[in-house]
Amino acid sequence: MAGDEPQSPDLPPLLLLRKPIAFLLSSLSTRFHLLKPWESPLPLPAFLSAHATTVQALLITGLAPVTAVILDSLPSLGCIVTTSVGVDHIDLLECARRGVAVANAGSVFSDDAADYAVGLLIDVLRRISAADGYLRQGLWTLAGDFPLGSKLSGKRIGIIGLGSIGSRVAKRLEAFSCTISYNSLTMKPSVPYKFYPNVCDLASNNDALIVCCALTSKTHHIINKEVLSALGKQGIIINIGRGALVDEEELIKCLMNGDIKGAGLDVFKNEPLVPKELFSMKNVVLSSHSAVNTEENILDLYQLIIANFEAFFSGTPLISPVSA
Amino acid sequence: MHHHHLPLISNVPLLPSSLILCPPSPNSRSPRRRITLVRASMDGNGELPLVLLVRPLFPAFEDSLRQHFRFLLPWESTLPTHEFLSANARSIRALLCFGPSPVDGSTLSCLPGLQCVVATSAGVDHIDMDECRRRGILVTNAGDVFSDDAADYAVGLLIDVLRRISASDRFVRSGLWPIRGHYPLGFKLGGKRVGIIGLGSIGSRVAKRLEAFGCTILYHSRTTRPSLAYKYFSNVCDLAAESDVLIVTCALTRETHHLINKDVLLALGKDGVVINIGRGALIDEKELVRCLREGVIGGAGLDVFENEPNVPKELFAMDNVVLSHHRAIFTPESFSGLLQLVIDNLKAFFDGRPLLSPISA
Repeated sequence: MAGDEPQSPDLPPLLLLRKPIAFLLSSLSTRFHLLKPWESPLPLPAFLSAHATTVQALLITGLAPVTAVILDSLPSLGCIVTTSVGVDHIDLLECARRGVAVANAGSVFSDDAADYAVGLLIDVLRRISAADGYLRQGLWTLAGDFPLGSKLSGKRIGIIGLGSIGSRVAKRLEAFSCTISYNSLTMKPSVPYKFYPNVCDLASNNDALIVCCALTSKTHHIINKEVLSALGKQGIIINIGRGALVDEEELIKCLMNGDIKGAGLDVFKNEPLVPKELFSMKNVVLSSHSAVNTEENILDLYQLIIANFEAFFSGTPLISPVSA
Repeated sequence: MHHHHLPLISNVPLLPSSLILCPPSPNSRSPRRRITLVRASMDGNGELPLVLLVRPLFPAFEDSLRQHFRFLLPWESTLPTHEFLSANARSIRALLCFGPSPVDGSTLSCLPGLQCVVATSAGVDHIDMDECRRRGILVTNAGDVFSDDAADYAVGLLIDVLRRISASDRFVRSGLWPIRGHYPLGFKLGGKRVGIIGLGSIGSRVAKRLEAFGCTILYHSRTTRPSLAYKYFSNVCDLAAESDVLIVTCALTRETHHLINKDVLLALGKDGVVINIGRGALIDEKELVRCLREGVIGGAGLDVFENEPNVPKELFAMDNVVLSHHRAIFTPESFSGLLQLVIDNLKAFFDGRPLLSPISA
């Protein structure tokens, strides 16, 4: 391979499609013989044909898409591990058809994602980032106008997707005396929260919605015009799932018309492009897909990646498998 | 309103005059607070009881309060304030003190008949408490009405500083995401050791919330709270040495002035975060700015400053700080709660019943 340190050929080969962060790159090099397409002058399809036909293991970083075309170039592939929780960038049906096992980040990120969702909610309701901007622009000394925030404690919060992340969001918000209800693919009889089979009903009975679910064909635009209308003028929406869970154009219209009160958005339809209308709004908080990004969980993630590949190579079940 | 008689109180968080008080949301777990519209007890002349003000009522409170009380407005008189007070001293038994307007020894000495001061804040460092105690004047504060909001805000500031939410928001709005890729990683909240300074009404609520995030709670307080299973430190430096985060929620007194000083910050260490929602003077601000500038500590979330509304400009360039303008308690919901508490305390006083939120000696 071009430009890499000498690696032992006894290490099992591992294909990556995109260059990962330095920590992962150097740590993985000690365990695997890495195939690094970004270091090659060949375009990806040519690279795969030339170098990856016997590769069994693929690590997906940065949400690089895995399509049927890519799978066609990897006839020996047996296992894909993605560094994300979401798997909407991987054609799971095609993987299943070819007997390729897929593993994700399991619950490594769940605490951090839940913390972030709550942080976004407090920020939007209590206008923390807006206040920070107000001070940095020198407006406090000028006694410029600054509308009040609104209380979090005791509010009714509707969670969409009560999985690993959603259940942790619920637990945290209970400590703020919030009333939790949820919508999920299936009702969970063991949880003490009220289940709403219909997202519009969830919206009309809550002060804020937190979107924590996976993006699938069923959940695309799960937050649409009707849901936003049901949420109402005092309602807040927080999205840490995927941009396409929300009808982004409709959300922006509602925000501009004051049909909902505010939003905290970590994900967008066309990352890293964010609709410019949002930049001037004071009732939104925006971040760059950061809900799972902490220094501390990178090590946990690395250990999970290794554990999954070790399981694969030794013929035992994956640690954090995902099915179609 | 004749504001020109009043000193400009720079530390007062001024409410917008368009404040609309919201009743608590339905299904809320906190007890409903309905603004009482029953006719108040009258004094001997069949008039509503008289209450002295030292600054104008919050406009949003005026209608409700005037249903129950008459108010004496010194600034509407042509007499200088102390003469006005002395002239009316015989009628003045109660004083309603909005915001941190000072009630100092010289004001108190003009009011020999004063028996009760109702304050609208949790902190009473602006009231001469020594003199009130000496004369047996009862003082009430805001009790618990702000405590949830203050605790929520402290947690929000902490998550923001650790996870860089505001910095990320600025980053995205500046259009840098497509150019530079993601904003740099933040730090995990779960598992952090959080040292709370002042485990009172607000501090204990902060503790309860952060436990749900998997934090370990430690504390320093004037007295220990044996019913709570948190580790107690009698020395703030020792607390700082064992904490990743310090959250300052205590009252400002002579003893707590600059409680967070150079030694405490050094003990907290280079990844440490300080959150202050108490009073600016609880922290040696110059020292804090120096420690942030030099990387002696890792970050700060500050709602209060030593000389509000002036904020050290160096902080504006830092991405590891989050700043706000004395907002931790400001929601329409808590102000509804405050209004009801003020009414209830004054009515209790004039009816000869126990006060609802007296400050104990």
